[in-house]
Amino acid sequence: MSITAATVQLLSPEGQLVESDASAEYLPYIDALSDDQLREFYRQMVVVRRFDVEATNLQKQGELGLWVPSIGQEGAQVGSAFAARPQDHIFPSYREHAVARIRGVDLIGVIGLLRGTTHGGWNPADAGNFHLYTLVIGSHTLHATGRAMAMTLDGTTATGDPDTDAAVMTYFGDGSTSQGDVSEAFVFAASYKAPVVFFLQNNHWAISVPVSTQSRTPLYLRSGGFGIPGIQIDGNDVLASFAVTKRNLDEARGGDGPRLIEALTYRMGPHTTSDDPVKYRLGTEVAHWQTRDPISRYETWLRSRGEGDLFFSDVAEEAEDFAADIRRRTLSLGTPSIDKMFDFVYTEPHAPLAAQKQWLTEYDASFGSDA
Amino acid sequence: MTPNVQTMPMAKALNAGLRKALGDDPKVLLMGEDIGPLGGVFRITEGLQAEFGPNRVMDTPLAESGIIGTAIGLAMGGYRPVCEIQFDGFIFPGFDQITSQLAKMTNRHEGQVAMPIVIRVPYGGHIGAVEHHQESPEAYFAHTPGLRVVSPSTPHDAYWMIQEAIASDDPVMFFEPKSRYWPKGEVNLDSHDAPLHSSAVVREGTEITLVGHGAMMSVLLASAELAAEEGTSVEVIDLRSLSPIDYAPIVASVQKTGRLVVAAEAPGSFSVSSEIAATVTERAFYSLEAPVLRVSAFDAPFPPAKLETTYLPDADRVLEAVDRAMAY
Ligand SMILES: Cc1ncc(C[n+]2csc(CCOP(=O)(O)OP(=O)(O)O)c2C)c(N)n1
Repeated sequence: MSITAATVQLLSPEGQLVESDASAEYLPYIDALSDDQLREFYRQMVVVRRFDVEATNLQKQGELGLWVPSIGQEGAQVGSAFAARPQDHIFPSYREHAVARIRGVDLIGVIGLLRGTTHGGWNPADAGNFHLYTLVIGSHTLHATGRAMAMTLDGTTATGDPDTDAAVMTYFGDGSTSQGDVSEAFVFAASYKAPVVFFLQNNHWAISVPVSTQSRTPLYLRSGGFGIPGIQIDGNDVLASFAVTKRNLDEARGGDGPRLIEALTYRMGPHTTSDDPVKYRLGTEVAHWQTRDPISRYETWLRSRGEGDLFFSDVAEEAEDFAADIRRRTLSLGTPSIDKMFDFVYTEPHAPLAAQKQWLTEYDASFGSDA
Repeated sequence: MTPNVQTMPMAKALNAGLRKALGDDPKVLLMGEDIGPLGGVFRITEGLQAEFGPNRVMDTPLAESGIIGTAIGLAMGGYRPVCEIQFDGFIFPGFDQITSQLAKMTNRHEGQVAMPIVIRVPYGGHIGAVEHHQESPEAYFAHTPGLRVVSPSTPHDAYWMIQEAIASDDPVMFFEPKSRYWPKGEVNLDSHDAPLHSSAVVREGTEITLVGHGAMMSVLLASAELAAEEGTSVEVIDLRSLSPIDYAPIVASVQKTGRLVVAAEAPGSFSVSSEIAATVTERAFYSLEAPVLRVSAFDAPFPPAKLETTYLPDADRVLEAVDRAMAY
């Protein structure tokens, strides 16, 4: 699945603005951004990539059970995340570390998931309405749709005021599109005209399975049959991701109904640290995508606009500090108490479970240590 | 002639069993996510697509309902699909196809249509993995009429049971204890004596009986060893089959020992262990000198990995139950 004339690209892999029919209507969204906002895109991409490297190292050193790298997908994530408004809700899959950070999640929460100290990691209400990661492929696209239906019922969307009207965005992968839940989400979203944007990161692989096994046609065309307009973007172009998502979210919040964005990107690393991509994909393919890297093309563009070395070295330093801080806090995460296992299974008292907790407490005490 | 006995881990034994089944019957198909070039996330199907081709070993789209549902149609077309579910917690998108469709198909056709489908499920904890990757959902399936449910605990059993499951004309849920994929054991590649749905006494003893399946067997055998050091003689039985359960060896054992502890990694309420406790109470009531005790996980979702050793029963918890039973 490669870039065609229909694919929205604003910044070429060489770091130049693209003037084309597809780009013309979106370039004004970029013109409206301040220099600080443009710098922020870069900063987030770099810091999260450094975070990914640190987490991978922590996993290799035995400090995390697993790591799920997002390397290569920063452009798709950072652009779309900045396009959302504070009142919006985000339903991620499990690789959206950059979106999480931009919405205000303390990424130590993501680390906790992979270190095995929590199944949650943050409270969406305190973290920019960024909902919990969902590991069961595709399930959350229905939750996103339902959350958007609630906005319609509540009248918190489509009043005509983009500053308060809300919408939902949900992230999922190319493999996920095969799950029944995702098709059902399309059906419900279209049927109820729910204000939800389906943000599909086509990173070309579902673990070892190529996207061609999931779909014979470009995935952005999939939603049309459900009555949901779909659009394809160069997902390694942070500017296209920002502009197209902003427009589609605003259409959804304006009452026009659901939208699908297919971001063409690439999973540069393994699926997770347990994976061995050498078994199923060619080094030449990875090398090709290396030349389409979202960060380096953006850096080239920023430099061409006059951004100097100082800015880039400051960001690099910030990324180092962030990684060091994550490492330090990872090592002090500690072991959760048994309360975590028992206390939130139900909101109201549950006698058999309470008895089991009591039994375990006494049983542990019978070993005589305060362990 | 000396039998061909090889030492290998369960993962390799399953691979060998699948290879044998594919070679013996051209109607056998493997289906699943990432089972082709990758060989499955646990490498159980390693090399099989290269050997038998992509029509026999299919990397499917990412959809469990799709995998099971199309396997049903393939079975109607005369094939014998063996489906791999990547992890225990991901079987549920296929639950409707398994419980409402697959399990009832033969019954609805009044025996005219067989469903020779095997669903392989790596299950259980002890691997420190993230949510949905360590669960023990076997009771849902044992509770469903129309499904056969088995779980090997050794490489030898895995090698033979997978082939017997594939040979069965009924749907078989094949639960693979993933924490036991890697320890090695002897596999007799020439012969075996236990039928698929039989339980087996794996250690003889006289004072108390321990019953379990899958990865719990290594915990039970270790517990028996520790109990022996303390002077208690423990008999250990490997269920091997959860539906149907072969009760004869269990009842005979309880008639001898008078005490029974049933252990499993799943939550204890409404579990396979509960079923065994009830049936043994019905069939061996007058032999029992103590209530049948269950050792299980707690009735809570599988916790974050740092709590897994607290959640899962270990030898200490088994021995605590042994002590309680012995105290009667
Ligand atoms: C229902 C379900 N089945 C299987 C899995 C195992 N699994 C985890 S990620 C993955 C591939 C997902 O691919 P894609 O949706 O393209 O997202 P990506 O991981 O590439 O971001 C699979 C098969 C799962 N998590 N959930």
